[in-house]
Amino acid sequence: MSAPSKTYTAKRTANHRIGEPAPVRWVLTAIALVFLTLFLALPLAAVFSQAFEKGLGTYLLALQEPDTLAAVKLTLITAAVAVPLNLVFGVMASWAIAKFSFTGKNLLITLIDLPFSVSPIISGLIYVLIFGRQGWLGPFLEAHDIKILFAVPGILLATIFVTFPFIARELIPLMESQGRDEEEAAMVLGASGLQTFFRITLPNIKWGLIYGVILCNARAMGEFGAVSVVSGHIRGITNTVPLQVEILYNEYNYTAAFAVASLLAFLALITLAVKTVAEWNVRENLES
Amino acid sequence: MSIEVEGINKQFGSFTALGDVSLSIPSGELVALLGPSGSGKTTLLRIIAGLERPDSGRILFNGEDTTESHVRERKVGFVFQHYALFKHMTVFNNVAFGLTVRPKETRPSKGDIKDKVTELLRLVQLEGMAKRYPAQLSGGQRQRIALARALAVEPQVLLLDEPFGALDAQVRTELRRWLRRLHDEIHVTSVFVTHDQEEALEVADRIVVMNKGRIEQAGTPDQVYEHPANPFVLNFLGNVNLFHGRSQAAGEGQSALTDSVAYVRSHDLEIKRSQQDGSSLKAEIKHIQKLGPSVRITLFIMENGSFVEAEQTRDVFHNLDLQQGEQVYVRPRQVRVFAEDYQI
Repeated sequence: MSAPSKTYTAKRTANHRIGEPAPVRWVLTAIALVFLTLFLALPLAAVFSQAFEKGLGTYLLALQEPDTLAAVKLTLITAAVAVPLNLVFGVMASWAIAKFSFTGKNLLITLIDLPFSVSPIISGLIYVLIFGRQGWLGPFLEAHDIKILFAVPGILLATIFVTFPFIARELIPLMESQGRDEEEAAMVLGASGLQTFFRITLPNIKWGLIYGVILCNARAMGEFGAVSVVSGHIRGITNTVPLQVEILYNEYNYTAAFAVASLLAFLALITLAVKTVAEWNVRENLES
Repeated sequence: MSIEVEGINKQFGSFTALGDVSLSIPSGELVALLGPSGSGKTTLLRIIAGLERPDSGRILFNGEDTTESHVRERKVGFVFQHYALFKHMTVFNNVAFGLTVRPKETRPSKGDIKDKVTELLRLVQLEGMAKRYPAQLSGGQRQRIALARALAVEPQVLLLDEPFGALDAQVRTELRRWLRRLHDEIHVTSVFVTHDQEEALEVADRIVVMNKGRIEQAGTPDQVYEHPANPFVLNFLGNVNLFHGRSQAAGEGQSALTDSVAYVRSHDLEIKRSQQDGSSLKAEIKHIQKLGPSVRITLFIMENGSFVEAEQTRDVFHNLDLQQGEQVYVRPRQVRVFAEDYQI
């Protein structure tokens, strides 16, 4: 007697759901899964299978090649510079925008979104136009023997520009939804500006900040277009990991290319994992 | 500590929040700023706290000009409508916050802080909650913790911004009485903002009625209720019926008649089945609404074709046994007339 009543209650609760009927839900879920498989799972699988095609030994050798090691080092340096700088800027800008009103606020918000709307090639071209030999600062730089373009500083600048918005865009809605009450309460109780920031504001935006930093880092390490324009592709000196992948691929060295690409694929997987955890926590914070 | 508000003006863009507001609050008093939304009461409270700066005017604490001093130097306690508790800190750390942010020289020892917090939690009757987080507390409990937090720094002035606005009716009435008892015990100068006239009448020593950035009247609850200065105050502290007519000053002739409006409170309208004297008006009962302990009756006055509302207690209503559709006579027990040029 228990089995039939179980199915009966299950059906009843399903019918009492507010939402789409079951077939619609299955179809939508299936479409999402197909999309994910085609655009995410299959490419990732292809990268890994091609990387390990000739075995683990070849894979490790490809990664230890001097040019590749230099590329990894440059990518790490780029991320290590771009992410902290954008962290500081992002937090400051979000704090100003979310907690205050001032003239030029809308302009600032638009400027923050600018790197998103501009093609990465154009982002790189901006720096060529400013720092290149025929650029605005070209003669000045040459006179003082300062190398920006086709050297590491140029790559850093281009990366900082394209990863500008990530942290700010993450924090602004979070801080706006949290309002100013807690900060005002802290100030009335006698806290200084810094105390308020570190003891009240920062803990409240913790997970949004982590989320933003993860995305910023992923983009900083994976940027291709803007870096490609300013880098000059000098092997062993001005190649980041994405650029190195392109060079190897163009030389028909597919296994090595996919081996290096797999590094970026690993980064993507780690980013997704941390992002999921952070996102879950942000949602928890917003709901409380 | 006494508070003086002198000629405060505040504009937000083209909107005048406060227009030349002056007020005097003696030490130890519990004052209510009462008014509708947009009357400027919250803006005035925040200016006293130092959370907003006035365009002109002065604020004095005990005779000292504090208009220019920063909020953290004013030593006020502020309770927000939505509690503003620090959600990632325990109740204990919330209450202790004001003491832990003091510079090293003036900061009490850990033991002293613990004693103070425990004492305050006992005062607000939430001793066992020290390790809980704000999300685990009910609305009423949160507001009491917010109050304890504000009191921890021993402020000279306590400012409360619609402190019970976010709570349900039962909790609101409980906390209202509790705040009054607390004030009787601690005697700290307190100013609270509310739009609930019942709350102001029950809790405050003095009520300041505000409207459109101006003070309409300031006085004890009795003064403001029994002797309102103008129709706005009369209407805000109780439902009011309007009778348009012409009035004549005593001793003057017919030619001195002026258009005026007579204001009668709903519970000042007497209903009888027979004509008492010339001042009774014939009316038909259109609707009877029972509201807990009182009854609201909507009547249609035959003579001038207007609707009025009368309020009665249940026992009076039952004695009369009024029915819908009946024809009765209404007579105002107390009428107030103000000059016509004032609009509610």
